[in-house]
Amino acid sequence: MIKLEQINKVYDDGFQALKNINLEFREGDLNVLIGPSGCGKTTTMKLINRLIQPSSGTITIGGKDISSVDPVTLRRRIGYVIQNIGLFPHMTIAANVAVVPKLLKWNAPKIERRVDKLLDMVGLDPDTYRNRYPSELSGGQQQRVGVIRALAAEPDIILMDEPFSALDPISREQLQDELIRLQHELKKTIVFVTHDMDEAIKIADHIVLMKDGEVVQQGKPEAILRHPANEFVKSFVGEKRMLGSEPSDIPTVDDVMASRPVTAFPSRGLAEAVKMMEQNRVDSLLVVDPKKKLRGMVTVYDVLQHYRDESKTLADVAKPFPHVVSTGTPLTEALRLMTEHQTPYVAVMNAEGSFIGMVTRGSVVRHLADVYPAEVV
Amino acid sequence: MGKYFDMLADRWPDILELTREHLMISGIAVLLGCLAAIPTGIFLTGKAPKWLQSAIFTAANIFQTIPSLALLALLIPLFGIGVRPAIFALFLYSLLPILRNTYSGFRSVDPAILEAARGMGYSSWQRLWGIQLPLAMPYMMSGIRVTTVYVISWATLATLIGAGGLGELIFSGLAVNRQDLVFTGALSAILLALSADYVLGRIERVFSASAGRTSASN
Repeated sequence: MIKLEQINKVYDDGFQALKNINLEFREGDLNVLIGPSGCGKTTTMKLINRLIQPSSGTITIGGKDISSVDPVTLRRRIGYVIQNIGLFPHMTIAANVAVVPKLLKWNAPKIERRVDKLLDMVGLDPDTYRNRYPSELSGGQQQRVGVIRALAAEPDIILMDEPFSALDPISREQLQDELIRLQHELKKTIVFVTHDMDEAIKIADHIVLMKDGEVVQQGKPEAILRHPANEFVKSFVGEKRMLGSEPSDIPTVDDVMASRPVTAFPSRGLAEAVKMMEQNRVDSLLVVDPKKKLRGMVTVYDVLQHYRDESKTLADVAKPFPHVVSTGTPLTEALRLMTEHQTPYVAVMNAEGSFIGMVTRGSVVRHLADVYPAEVV
Repeated sequence: MGKYFDMLADRWPDILELTREHLMISGIAVLLGCLAAIPTGIFLTGKAPKWLQSAIFTAANIFQTIPSLALLALLIPLFGIGVRPAIFALFLYSLLPILRNTYSGFRSVDPAILEAARGMGYSSWQRLWGIQLPLAMPYMMSGIRVTTVYVISWATLATLIGAGGLGELIFSGLAVNRQDLVFTGALSAILLALSADYVLGRIERVFSASAGRTSASN
């Protein structure tokens, strides 16, 4: 267990990087520190191996105050993976992995066995890669070596500082999967810094969300997603989950919806409905009451099925409309609904619950045609 | 032509002795240059204040620009004549290239690599020996090679203050108008410079092979 108590960090220029941080990292957990840049997440992580000294407060590992431990000794017991990989270019892969065991003066056969085992563990064939140099490996392979280098001396704690953020998306996914797999086997206490919410949700047992040097919220990923503590958390979680594009670039349903679809009051009879469809050349009607509440929709088939029963009105045959979004919803969400539920329509409501429009496949195509107009030669 | 070879055979012991002197003067000068400039360069990449940095580089620059003949003359009142002032003058010349290359070599080491080393528990001495020096070595060696070649060529002037060396052949040849002597002196100095450069090149290779493949990336 790593415990940070009442940590403050004030730099010489007066900038307060950390404000009264109290945190616990449980043994065997993959803890993710996340937040926008400058929030103090990396600073917090570097306190643990004393790369940064707190201005006040105590840090204990397994109950022992680390300020009384020699930093060099301490660091050799804690694995460390950095963003820019930081492999030593003048050493072979094997020598790179063996760095900390060598510092700890393990004997040569033991080191060799350990290196081979670790290379195997991340799918790098020892006979092929042992004597290569870092520059001969791809970025993904290099960071695999970076990760096993941190594991080499069997530390209980591993610190990872945005380890995958410089990788291409495919390598990043693979390494995240591998980390999850390794962690499942090894049960290390990991403190992982990232700014990528998708990554955090994918790998974390415990998420600590920070802002301006303070902890805003912490808990299981599920809990943070379901119960964001405040607007900041909500926007951070939301923004970051949108495929990395600018929020304002994603059109909302309001931009795309057909705002005047063919509607009918629920009190209309079936014959009237057929006439309306004929006139408007559509095969379905939206049933909307005079108060603008959406009651459902009817297709021409529904109407014809009950056509002989003269007493029936649209209210009787209308099917409820299951997929409804509110105004301002990003289009991606509506499209997701349409794909997931195999439905061609999503209705749009305003804040009062009144029907204001309809996203259909046709309206999406029309919108795209506006955004990407055919080139005029 | 035959006469030339007769002269060579005749003077062979002299030539060897002068070459040895020449090599000694240059070698000691470069060695002293390394001893002074490498630690200084390392110090400057560390926590040295900016003003000190520019002061030291300016000083080394100035030494480099003093005309060699003038420098030798200036040193006579300080050191008298002979080998010592010659070595001192050449030492001053050797400082700048070694200093500059050591400095750039150390600056070229990726800070991420040093950060990784620190985070994994390298002490600062271990970082210096295990990471910084091997990575900066190709730069430093090229500085040393350049310096050595220059110093061997300038050392021909050392004879003017009585330090001996191959310059003696050249200047006595000029005095008695013997082209063959001038030619022999110059040729020997050239050969000496080329072989020194070759030997240092081999040393550099051995160094970078044992320290990995740093030179391959340059």
